[in-house]
Amino acid sequence: MTSADRAAATTVTAPKSIWLDEARPPPLWRRFAHHRLFMTGAIILVFMLALAIFADLIQILPPEKMQVRLRFQTPTWAYPLGTDNYGRDIWSRLVHGARLSLIIGLAVALATGILGTLIGVLAGYFKRLDGFLMRFMDALMAFPAILLAIAIAAALGPSAINVVIALSVVYTPRMARVVRSTVMVVREMDYVKAAKACGARDRWIIWRHVIPNSMAPLLVQLTFIFAYAILAEAILSFLGVGPPPPTPTWGSMIAEGKDYLREAPHISLFPGIAVALICLGLNLLGDGLRDVLDPRLRVQYG
Amino acid sequence: MIQFILRRLLIALPVLLLVSLISASIMQLVPGDPAAVIAGQNASDVEIALIREQLGLNQSFPAKLAAWYGDLARGDLGHSILLNRPVTQAIAERVPVTLALAGFALLLTVAIGLPCGIIAAVRANTWIDQAVLTFALIGVSVPNFWLSLMLIVLFGVMLDWLPAGGYIPFADDPVGWVRCLILPAFSLALLQIGLLARITRATMLEILQQDYIRTARAKGLSSFSVIAKHALKNVMVPVVTVIGISFGLLLSGSVVIETVYSIPGMGRLLANAIFGRDYPMIQGGLLVTAAVLVLLNLAVDVLYAVIDPRIKYDQR
Repeated sequence: MTSADRAAATTVTAPKSIWLDEARPPPLWRRFAHHRLFMTGAIILVFMLALAIFADLIQILPPEKMQVRLRFQTPTWAYPLGTDNYGRDIWSRLVHGARLSLIIGLAVALATGILGTLIGVLAGYFKRLDGFLMRFMDALMAFPAILLAIAIAAALGPSAINVVIALSVVYTPRMARVVRSTVMVVREMDYVKAAKACGARDRWIIWRHVIPNSMAPLLVQLTFIFAYAILAEAILSFLGVGPPPPTPTWGSMIAEGKDYLREAPHISLFPGIAVALICLGLNLLGDGLRDVLDPRLRVQYG
Repeated sequence: MIQFILRRLLIALPVLLLVSLISASIMQLVPGDPAAVIAGQNASDVEIALIREQLGLNQSFPAKLAAWYGDLARGDLGHSILLNRPVTQAIAERVPVTLALAGFALLLTVAIGLPCGIIAAVRANTWIDQAVLTFALIGVSVPNFWLSLMLIVLFGVMLDWLPAGGYIPFADDPVGWVRCLILPAFSLALLQIGLLARITRATMLEILQQDYIRTARAKGLSSFSVIAKHALKNVMVPVVTVIGISFGLLLSGSVVIETVYSIPGMGRLLANAIFGRDYPMIQGGLLVTAAVLVLLNLAVDVLYAVIDPRIKYDQR
């Protein structure tokens, strides 16, 4: 059960707070620790991170090592996830793919977070910039996300860094829109007016008041963008505009298995499960963050 | 109302202008000489020069832009290099196929997502609720192109119930048409089903605690008519939002899904254009899809006013 929904569900029966009797609300970490779905998401993510970090230690063979005699092996004890059409070990490629996937996802989340915050704060705080900046963001958002990402990545040429650029261009406007709407609320708060009345400069107000108070929705949105970025990277690699072969990426592994679906469906099966699992983890994490940090927000979409 | 539509169109205009500018600039991103890249490695200098001429690459960027807008004003999106025919013609031919696919997917989304969300809300905190939410969460996490492949293996290869790909026009064989759209439409819809179920559930939970629902129950209406008549109407506003967003996601998804299932729609046309570096086609296709989405958002806004009489756009 998702948690935003659970928050809504509990208010239906009785709007009682769990810390009514206590003098103070419990510390933040304990609220996270008690959120079962958040913890599930966190465990999945930590597991994936561990795979990515220790990829070199837990690999069975180097990910690009081909064994012509051992092509299309179904899972066995020696090769727990089987081998692919070149006789490469799928488990080893999977853990190295995790590394690339997470790095790309993180890079996109970081770039989007910084650019989106910059644009969102400028547009939300300075009314004069709002029209121009947001029309430009609207225009970028008018394109179907994946289509624009493919077009940009293909034009720039297939590489990991170009995937990051393409996806950041696509997701920055979505981030900017979220930040802008929060900033517009924060801007009208009494503490901002008080700071202004005290003669604080805009830059000070933005750094000390606006950005810290816009952090919660920003963080929640970043988690979802992390998930979208991993999904989108898989699509780009699947279509062949991601990092070039023989680099193991989950998307390109699925694409390689595509031609052998009849004989060896396991080649495509496992990388797809990996993508789904990590997105599930990030979605759970995002829902949990939203419940704890900003319960007013509702289900995210788009 | 008319005033509102006009005002929204006025806002949409600069967006459309920027959209066309971005579409026209995509080729500027290609590093080096686009003509050489388009012609391929084995092309002779004459061929490259020919393509450069054809694409107007000899001109400066402003001159190119002027030409692009000049053609645009006449409804001309240029000439496809790959297909050797006008871009508008190729797009017009493919649009109905993608609309059929997206429409089918939208139908599945509403037919499955809406009832699931309502049942989950009415039976909140039961196993049904849990099952719907789990399904919805899986739906938004599973990559749709991978799901497509797995569905092809299961239903197309192992069970042999449905075609593994391809497209049969409705006019040729209506049953075949439905059969070959089931798998792609479901793959495309799964994400939207999850989103719609979640938002319907959340909205429904909120509505069920409203006073008018309590009143309806208090005057002795059956549970069914309370939900079907009083609650359902109010759930429609967020549902329309999701459907509006869904259409964009469906168009986005069709690029991959049509490629996987070999369906000759807009998505595959553009994917092929992108891989074949057919820039006139890419620019035209980007412009058309984005323009359609901008106008669709406008339509959704208008639809709000029709559904929800509390929203009055003319006063402000």
